[in-house]
Formats: sequence, C-alpha cells, structure tokens
Amino acid sequence: MNAMPQPIKPEAVSGTEWDRIAESAEFKDLMATKKVFIVPAFIFFIVYYFALPVLVGYAPQFMATKVFWNVNLAYLFALSQFFMAWGIAFLYVKAAGGFDKLAKDIIEKSARGGK
Amino acid sequence: MSTPLVMFLLFIAVTLGITFWASKRSAGSSAYFAAGRQIKGWQNGIAVAGDYMSAASFLGIAGIIAFQGYDGFLFSVGWLVAYLTVLLVVAEPLRNAGKYTMADVLAYRLKARPVRAMASLSTLVVSTFYMIAQMVGAGALVALLLKGSGISFHTAVIGVGILMIVYVVFGGMLATTWVQIIKAILLMGGTLLLSILVMAHFGFHLSAFFNAIANVTYHDAKGAVVIKDFLTPGLRYKPPYGPLDLISLGMALIFGTAGLPHILVRFYTVPDAKTARISVVWAMVLIGSFYIMTTFLGFGAATIVGPDFIKTHGGTNMSAPLLAQALAGDIFFAFISAIAFATILAVVAGLTISASTSFAHDFWTNVIHRGVERKAGEEVLVARIAAFVVGAVSITIAILLGPTANVAFLVALAFAVAASANLPVIVLSIFWKRFNTAGAVGGLLVGLLASIGLILISPSLMAVDPPTVVGAARHLFQRPAIFPLENPGILSIPLGFIGAIVGTLLSHEPQALDKYNELLVRSNTGLGSEKAVAAH
Repeated sequence: MNAMPQPIKPEAVSGTEWDRIAESAEFKDLMATKKVFIVPAFIFFIVYYFALPVLVGYAPQFMATKVFWNVNLAYLFALSQFFMAWGIAFLYVKAAGGFDKLAKDIIEKSARGGK
Repeated sequence: MSTPLVMFLLFIAVTLGITFWASKRSAGSSAYFAAGRQIKGWQNGIAVAGDYMSAASFLGIAGIIAFQGYDGFLFSVGWLVAYLTVLLVVAEPLRNAGKYTMADVLAYRLKARPVRAMASLSTLVVSTFYMIAQMVGAGALVALLLKGSGISFHTAVIGVGILMIVYVVFGGMLATTWVQIIKAILLMGGTLLLSILVMAHFGFHLSAFFNAIANVTYHDAKGAVVIKDFLTPGLRYKPPYGPLDLISLGMALIFGTAGLPHILVRFYTVPDAKTARISVVWAMVLIGSFYIMTTFLGFGAATIVGPDFIKTHGGTNMSAPLLAQALAGDIFFAFISAIAFATILAVVAGLTISASTSFAHDFWTNVIHRGVERKAGEEVLVARIAAFVVGAVSITIAILLGPTANVAFLVALAFAVAASANLPVIVLSIFWKRFNTAGAVGGLLVGLLASIGLILISPSLMAVDPPTVVGAARHLFQRPAIFPLENPGILSIPLGFIGAIVGTLLSHEPQALDKYNELLVRSNTGLGSEKAVAAH
C-alpha cells in the first residue's frame, strides 16, 4: 500500500485493492449488518405475500368469512399486503442509512490507501 | 373536434415541447441513455411508477375487477409487493455496478460477449412482446375513445408509434423520463378524482359501497339474471388449476418486476445507489396508492356502470372511461381517455428506450465491436436507429395482428421471461461466487425458452374456440392446452435457476472467481460507480 495518503480516482482502484477491501473487517461488518436486515425481511415478505394466493386458492370459503359490513377476510388480507410492503420499505430505508455510513467509511479508507 | 381529441392533442403538444427541450441536452452516451444520471430521487420514483403503470394496469385492472371482482384485485397486490424484491435485492447493486443496462452487471466478471448477447436478446424479447401488447391495445383503445372523429385502428397505431419514436430518438432518456413523470401525475390525479367521485356516489359511506359490491347484478352468458358477491374469491381462478395459476402469477410478478429491463434502466438515471433506493420508495408510495384505488375503479365500474353495460359499450377495457362518463359526463370521460392515452404512450416510450439502449450498448458496441466505440457518438447513433427500427417493427406487427388479436398473454409472457431468465442470472451473479459465464448463458437461455415454450402450450394460445370466435381473436392452436396454467412462472422460474446452476457447475472459469471480490465490493459500497455528469 502507498504510504502517502492521496485521493485516488475510484476508477483507478486496482485488483488487489478489491481483494483487500473484500477481506477487510469493515467490509465483512457491512455485509453482516446488511444480511441481518435483508435476509429476514425478504423471507418475511415472501411468506406473507404467498400466504395470500395459497389461502385464497385453497381455502376460499374461509377467506370469504365476513368481518364487518360486507368486507371479508380475503379483502382485508389483500389490503394488509400494501401496508406490509410500505412498512418493510420504511424499515429498510431506516436500516440502509447505517449501511451507507459503513460503506462511506470503507470508500474513504480506500481513498486513503487502506489506512 | 371531439373533446377527447382536443385533450389528446394537448398532451401531445406538451410532450413534444419537452422532447424539443430535452433534445438539446441529450448529447453524449451518458446524457442520452441515462439522462446524465442527474434525475432526482423523487423524480425517478414518479418516472418508475409512470413506466410501470401501463394501460394493462389502468384500463385492464379496472376491467378485470369489474368483471371478475376480487380475483382481479390480486393483480394489484402483486404489482406493488413485487417492488420489495426491487428494493431489497436489485436496485442498489445494479446502480452501483452497472452503466446503462442490466448486462453491465453480468459482464463485470463473466465473459462479456456471450453474456451480453444473451442478455440483449432477452431484453429485446421482453420489450418487444410487452410493446406489441401495448400497441394493439393502444390502437383498439384510441380508435374507440376517439370514436366519431374518423380515426381508425391503423391511424391510431401509426400515430402512437411515431410519437414514441420521436420522444426516444430525439429526446432520449431525459424526454422519456419527463413524459413518464407527467403521465404518472395525470394518472394519479385522474384515479384519485375518480375514486372520490365513486365514494360521493355512495354518499361517502364505505359500508354502502361494500354492500353494493356484495350484490353486483348482471346477466350471465345464458341471459339469466345473476346477483354475485364480487368480493368473494374464485370468480376468475377456479379449481382445479386456479389456485396453482394464482401462485404462478404471484411468482411471475414478485420475481419478474425486478427483471423488467425498462424498469431496471431507470436506476441508472440517478446519481447514486442511495438515490436509487429513495426512488424505489417514492415509486412504491405512488404505485401502492394507485393499486389500492383500483378498488374504487374496478368495483365502482362493477356497481355503478355494471358488467352488462360495459360489455355492450366497448368491453372490459372501457370500464374506467365508462365509469368516468357515468359519474361526471363527457368532459370527464375525455379527461380519463386522455390519461389512458398518455399512459400507453409513456410506457411504449420507456420500452423503446430500454430495447434500443440494450441493442446499442450490449449488442453493437460490446458484442460486435468488443467494447470499443469506434467513433464518438456511434453508440447513441446506433441506439437512435434501433429505436426507429423497434418502433417501425412494432407498428407493423400491431397492424398485421389487428384490433381483435388476443395479445393479453404477451404481458404475462414479458413478466415470465423477466422472472425466469433475467432475475436468476442477476441474483446469482451478485450473490454466488462460483457463478460463471456458462451459468449465465444457461440460465438466460433456459428461462427464455421455458417461458415461451410453456406459454405456447398454455390455455392462452391453445384452446378450442366456438365457431362464433373469428379471425385474430381465435386461439393459435385449436386443441386442448397441454400445460394447464396461464402463467408459466411456477415451472419456468425454477427451470431458469436450474439452468443457471447446472451451467455453472459444468464449467470452470477462474476469472469469474477472481473478479467476484470486485463485483461484491462495487455493488455493496458504490466504490467506483458511474458518476453523474454535468448538463450540457
């Protein structure tokens, strides 16, 4: 690594630098932090979403149960999907602020020549 | 001149003005293909929504709900939830590691030529199929909306085609973006107004509205009066295969949206991955609000206008305009019709630019000329010519097919190809170190062939029509379908993944392994990503 701290153009990042970053503790921390949010969020939304066609398809009588007025379970569950999607998006944006901070540190460290 | 025609012309005049303005700011590849990467997060979010909400979602979904009730609303749900895949998995890595097309991300560590050739083919297939569906729909619709003004199906198709070519060829991504933004705002405004009018019709009592939905009255095919609860599941997806088809549709939507080339290219128009993320969230707010309001559009048409009336006044696709007419008369009908027209134009323009970008950047520059732009401006020139050709071919095919052609399956096919071919290779390329060129080519090829093959033998193209169905509306193959589902996703998506995995395991590619760290770091940190350029 170059001893002089000099701003480098990111495009000029060398092959060994990519490997150094990929192996660094900071990068592994970023990946782990991302995984802690993204993997459970992804699994949750897939399960929640596919519960809709499965329930509507295989238990239509149950889903036709009226809850109030003439609104049934099927419609309420479908409607809840919109709020589920918005909720996860909101949580993700909050969490991603932290990812950005970690990524910024990694980029700055790389620009300083890995120091 | 009829009022709809005046409103159509107004929209055309405004968008041509924007195209003229944008044409002076579209010099250079980055400006032409990616609007200089200077689009703001909220602007791109609105544009993504504009690109996504096609005539199929505005007119189509209102019609499906008006005729098949609750089952139609399930499309609405899938179309929004799909954006979680875009947000959590695809948007940011793509922006960080790519330049103009989805193939850029694949080409980082794989052999550029075979991968780009396949990715470009897949992009062209998705875009062209989607576009033909829009064009045929557009022609039939415009002719219907402007009935009495002497504009025929042919004139309408040619008109829509020429406009989209003009936007893309002269205005590039910048003009296309602003056409999307205007269209999205018009669409949201019109839908909100329509929803409020539906509620006003029921005295702003939701209970009265849902009571009406539970008692939709119409005549069935035999002429008997039927009263149905339109909120009950099962009016469209009936046993034995309905439930499976529903799951298959869900898979195609959830995994296909994140593989639609015209949506993916939008993330290159913003300065960085953080802005790409913000734009997905903006898009989700708009798209979600819109699809919740399809409750009012669709069920409003079913209860206020009624399936009987819609059937005899232009059919399912006219549900939303007819609802507008019933609620607020001819001027509002004209306004909603103009929005439908704007919707179609914006979507076909988005498709044209993604197809022509992929042809010029992936196929021309990188496959044929091995990544070297021989003359400055060649890539943009080729893209402009490609946009012209794509437009001309779509016009010709749409005219040959005619207004009655059965084309709804083409939209399903576009989503299926995107989910089965594009998404597996994008995901595996980013997340699987061992992944290689053979895997990418295998995944794209198997996903593409499986989607097309299964649709060919599905009820969309294979069914026995009664003699009353004539001409282009008849199914292509007059025999019972071999594959029982309308949507191939449930089978073609796993096949796409298997193709990619088997292809990978059968070959060794040290370079793809070596460069994995680079792609991993780039896609997760944004280090070395493409920067915004100053406006000309």
